[in-house]
Amino acid sequence: MKDFALSGPFPFSAIVGQEDMKLAMILTAIDPGIGGVLVFGDRGTGKSTAVRGLAALLPPITAVAGCPVNSAHEGDIPDWAQVTDRHVIEKPTPVIDLPLGATEDRVVGALDIEKALTRGEKAFEPGLLARANRGYLYIDEVNLLEDHLVDLLLDVAQSGQNVVEREGLSIRHAARFVLVGSGNPEEGELRPQLLDRFGLSVEVTSPRDIDTRIEVIRRRDAYDRDPIGFLTNWRGSDMDLRARIVAAKRALGQAEAGEPILRDCAELCVALGSDGLRGELTLLRAARALATFDGVTTVSRDHLRRVAPAALRHRLRRDPLDEAGSTTRVERVVTEVLG
Amino acid sequence: MSLGEDRWQRVNLALACFALDPAALGGIWLRARVGPVRDRVQKGLETSLQGLTLRRLHPGIGDDALFGGIDLAASLAQGKMVRTRGLLGGSAVLVMPMAERVKPGLAARLASALDTKSGLSLIALDEGAEPEETLPRALADRLAIHLDLADQCLSDAPELALDPADLAEAAKLLPHVTLPDGAIAELTEVAARLGIASLRAPLQALAVARASAALSGEDRVESADLTLAVELVLAPRATQIPASQDSPPEPQAPDPPPAPETQPDHAKDQDQIDLPPIEMLLEAAKAMLPPDLLARLQAGRASRRAPGATGTGAAKKGNRRGRPLASRPGRMGGDARVDLVATLRAAAPWQAMRRAASDQPDRLHIRMSDIRLRQFQETSDRAIIFVVDASGSAAMARLAEAKGAIELLLGEAYARRDHVALVAFRGDGSEVLLPPTRSLVQTKRRLAQLPGGGGTPLAAGLRAALELAIMAQAKGMTPSVALLTDGRANVDLAGIANRVQAGLDATAMARAIRARGWPAIVIDTGLRPTGGLDVLARDMGAPYLPLPRADARTLSAAVDASLTPA
Repeated sequence: MKDFALSGPFPFSAIVGQEDMKLAMILTAIDPGIGGVLVFGDRGTGKSTAVRGLAALLPPITAVAGCPVNSAHEGDIPDWAQVTDRHVIEKPTPVIDLPLGATEDRVVGALDIEKALTRGEKAFEPGLLARANRGYLYIDEVNLLEDHLVDLLLDVAQSGQNVVEREGLSIRHAARFVLVGSGNPEEGELRPQLLDRFGLSVEVTSPRDIDTRIEVIRRRDAYDRDPIGFLTNWRGSDMDLRARIVAAKRALGQAEAGEPILRDCAELCVALGSDGLRGELTLLRAARALATFDGVTTVSRDHLRRVAPAALRHRLRRDPLDEAGSTTRVERVVTEVLG
Repeated sequence: MSLGEDRWQRVNLALACFALDPAALGGIWLRARVGPVRDRVQKGLETSLQGLTLRRLHPGIGDDALFGGIDLAASLAQGKMVRTRGLLGGSAVLVMPMAERVKPGLAARLASALDTKSGLSLIALDEGAEPEETLPRALADRLAIHLDLADQCLSDAPELALDPADLAEAAKLLPHVTLPDGAIAELTEVAARLGIASLRAPLQALAVARASAALSGEDRVESADLTLAVELVLAPRATQIPASQDSPPEPQAPDPPPAPETQPDHAKDQDQIDLPPIEMLLEAAKAMLPPDLLARLQAGRASRRAPGATGTGAAKKGNRRGRPLASRPGRMGGDARVDLVATLRAAAPWQAMRRAASDQPDRLHIRMSDIRLRQFQETSDRAIIFVVDASGSAAMARLAEAKGAIELLLGEAYARRDHVALVAFRGDGSEVLLPPTRSLVQTKRRLAQLPGGGGTPLAAGLRAALELAIMAQAKGMTPSVALLTDGRANVDLAGIANRVQAGLDATAMARAIRARGWPAIVIDTGLRPTGGLDVLARDMGAPYLPLPRADARTLSAAVDASLTPA
């Protein structure tokens, strides 16, 4: 396995606190099929730091150098791409930022206007979704993103395929990525249909405890002053975590969830009144990923209990007259059902 | 030294600190109208930032200019691709005038560029006149130094003394500046006590403290440096006034020492000589809090401004999607989408002529004037403004129904694109309890404490609604007004109990609303509907609906049905 580069983003394992968020991100790294992670909370709580740190921690991917969608083998290169450099190289797991206010053209890709106008060629200019293939797509302020764009993103994230049918183009390419969205619920909320499409959701807040806050500042300051030294110090922890994630990924196929666990999943979702079956499926997948992360192959009730808030919190029916937050409701039902 | 001179001194220091380490500080948020004072600051910046690239942005800048893109005119003319270089490429100090007009999209892009690219920093020149017109918070959070020079006199603002040679000297010293133990802890705690949630602020304060130490030729951060950092970075971000040591504000603050002079119970005793006690830093911060902030905090309104601040930047013109309209000629760039077919159609008739005139007969000839852009027509969002009578004569129950109706409407607001606002009137005036919002979270928090009792200042309530509606319309929403009252106006606009004048004022306000042509509804919640309210409804041009036993559900259905624009 290749070693770390000596400079890089803030190490994932050096992030203080925010255990829910870190766990949710690790689970999606183990099983990208869980779907995206939605992080709601205050500014400056390390959301983007965590995404970047996690991607840097993951083993690099092997990809064809000139391929716009990071294909692993020459055979996977989409037919529309004119790839000149066909060497297979290692590159870090991509993390692509989707800026607020990005146009649909930039996201899904569009007709390459420049080639069309200057050379009269009909060529496809890949968008951000192509670049995010096999990596992470990070959207800050996802709740301020235009609804149709969020719709489109979630659709692609779930199907793993980006299909462009417009301006006389008919193009498809692989777009498998983990979607990480973040935002502040006070500035606007997401439609329930969209919320449901995210696999896991976590709420983060600035740490209230002074000592934790001091530790955050101390580590960040140490990183800013001497990034190389800081990365070297934390490399051990990051490598351990990487090894655990890689091992968990490998063990995912063997993870077993017995009949009683499936029943528990269903009962939890029925008790919470979540729409559709996506809740059960995500809950199961997340619990399985957590089990392998813990190094066991059997999913237990404890695993369910630990992932239930993240997997179900955002799937509840909105009750405008209920004062209790969704997290409280999930926890209450989890205690009732699982004991 | 006068207050103004004192502040100017700090401006001077702030600029020097920024010039020393622009990347670590992220930038300056300078709030001042255009004028000689701001010119002096800018001149000072130019002197101190010699050797660095200064680049100007404008708030309407497009992605092409920011990140680089295709120079379409040159590409078309030369027949090969010509690229422009983006402003964000390479290290530079970006200067942005009219920063209060930055849209959230641009703010997010700049913020992420400041986060990820080293060597970039931003000076935001905010010329906002109103408190709501301000830099988007996502961006403000990344800029270490916040300066407000709105009421700085020119006489107190002599030329800034910034000597490039001194700065070069200090820059050499900067990497060797050390921090005393406990400085991090102190700054973090001061930030927490001032109610600053973001953890970027203490980091930026540290950077300022280091730069300030280097400026004074020290290789160790001293107490004066920490004080300066608190004044420049932390004080302007305060969202609460730190409680004095007698009454610790929250359980989160580890029990502050009983007296500021002696603090034997602090863990970092060995650094007593170097570090000012936290209380002293807090005092410094308190002295820096603007007097109007104190007033705002006392009125409990700071929180409204804080989380979802609705500056020009946050305003969304409801431009989500829409029906395609005919294309129009225009320039490429920014968010514009080229309508390729229309462009080709526009170019087609000229091809024969252009080919003849050109030496490349086999290619398509497109000129800038052929470019057609797509246009979409969008319908704007609704803003339903509830004006609720919270006076003694209206039973508390009605208020509860109104609250319920608002929450029900908001629950469905995702699909309908409704924003909901709430004005309550009672006693001698009115109060905007909920500015237009779609956020259920925010609404629940606000509605939890709706007081009742007192007289019925109907006119004041209507006036507040009118103002809200004008604001909402300026943001591209379609306002509508729903008045819930039992109609016995007895307090006039001036807040004096005078039944006759109160009635006249209410009629005048109702006519003002009608003149704007907004949909409205008057709901009579009185047990025995009296005659007065239907007259008022006529004055407002609104349907009159007596609903003596309305519950939340019928209320929301009635409002929804009657306010839907035909």
